[in-house]
Amino acid sequence: MFPKDSYDVVVVGGGPSGSTSARYAARNGADVLLVEKRQEIGSPVRCGEGVSMEIFKHVDIKPDSSWLVNQVTGARIFGPSGKFILIDAKNAGDEVGAVIERDNFDKYLATEAAREGAEIATKTSVVSFLRDGGEVCGVRIRRMGEERDIAAKLVIGADGFESQVARWAGFNTNLKTRDTTSNLQYRMTNLDLDPRFTDFYIGSVAPGGYVWIFPKSRDVANVGIGLLLSKIRGPSEAKDYLDEFIASDPRFKNASIMETVSGGVSVSAPLDKVTADRIMLVGDAARMIDPLTGGGISNGVIAGKVCGEVAAEAVKAGDFSDGFLQRYEKGWRELLEEKLYRDYMAKEKLVSLDDEALDKLIEAMSAVPLENLSTKEILGAIRKKYPELVKEFEDLI
Amino acid sequence: MIELNDDKCMHCGACVGACPANAIYLNEVILDFNDDCTDCGLCVKACPVGALTLIRTRGLKVPAVTA
Repeated sequence: MFPKDSYDVVVVGGGPSGSTSARYAARNGADVLLVEKRQEIGSPVRCGEGVSMEIFKHVDIKPDSSWLVNQVTGARIFGPSGKFILIDAKNAGDEVGAVIERDNFDKYLATEAAREGAEIATKTSVVSFLRDGGEVCGVRIRRMGEERDIAAKLVIGADGFESQVARWAGFNTNLKTRDTTSNLQYRMTNLDLDPRFTDFYIGSVAPGGYVWIFPKSRDVANVGIGLLLSKIRGPSEAKDYLDEFIASDPRFKNASIMETVSGGVSVSAPLDKVTADRIMLVGDAARMIDPLTGGGISNGVIAGKVCGEVAAEAVKAGDFSDGFLQRYEKGWRELLEEKLYRDYMAKEKLVSLDDEALDKLIEAMSAVPLENLSTKEILGAIRKKYPELVKEFEDLI
Repeated sequence: MIELNDDKCMHCGACVGACPANAIYLNEVILDFNDDCTDCGLCVKACPVGALTLIRTRGLKVPAVTA
């Protein structure tokens, strides 16, 4: 089961974006190696595990009970005063719809890639590019104490928030502190929750971010927090704020923690460019995470499909130039870019509001009929009551 | 220089992604620091559980000049 010496495409990273890229590249005829540095696909989980049902529209994914464990009907967004708005799942964007088991979901997607003919190498790290002159011509991998060179015509960087491929390829992936979050989550059990809803808490309970409760069932949920780095003053604040939130809520009185998950999540605008000669970036590595919700699965999978298809087209055409790969840039940006920028602006505004303003916002939003909860309607309703809150958003209304 | 508390580290890579100098690399449960660290302290903020501490080693702190 050792990889061959040469492939058309090497995908670095076995998360949803990487597996989906590998799957669609292989389906369309490319010879693909998918490399995952961990010893197990999907584990340990580093995710809130909330996902939109949107992805099923774009990508051929069949809901499976091994990973789709709770389909919610709505999201409740709580302001600092405790007042909340209920957003119907079909309008709530990226993070509402279903709560999944990421370890099984990732394995499902990797299996789909393997079924299309992609080879998967786990516990295998990519340690550097191979270059011929200046041009990337493969990767050096390390596996069980052995280093090997693998030739590749195309390298897809799906290596996540801390992408090395992006940095080696010379992309500037540095994030501003206002565009980075520090996150901690507990998978808790022995709760008593309403599993129909995902809950979000905004305001000073989570400076620059939010607390989430994503129930898997009545008694099990992911309870987590994300804080904006620019709002963090000292070490371990994510943990401190989350522990404080949990201590203050009676629903957690008898709860136990089964797992602790942490990680960094970008909440930036996407990279201006995610391709170079023989290189494509996808998912978190390309900063495709929704900056308002911090959700990355849907966007990564949706872009991954385009990425894989274009990889196969490049193989057929024998053209791996940055120019050819613009098909990918164009394709994924058509699907995702507008929303990413709109949500980036919304995030920038939201993080500037204090608790009082956020409460006003929740109050104004609760006046909008549920079926009209589009961004435009929401902003319009807010403008009626509190025009000063939406000044910078006039062009969106 | 960054000091790592292995007892607290979750091996999540939040520090790796936050590092502007690419001075940290995570492989499974091993966190490697290289010499490119500029003591900026971003990783300390990014770490959700407080496993990293910045130990200043470069240069001495210059007292502020008052008029």
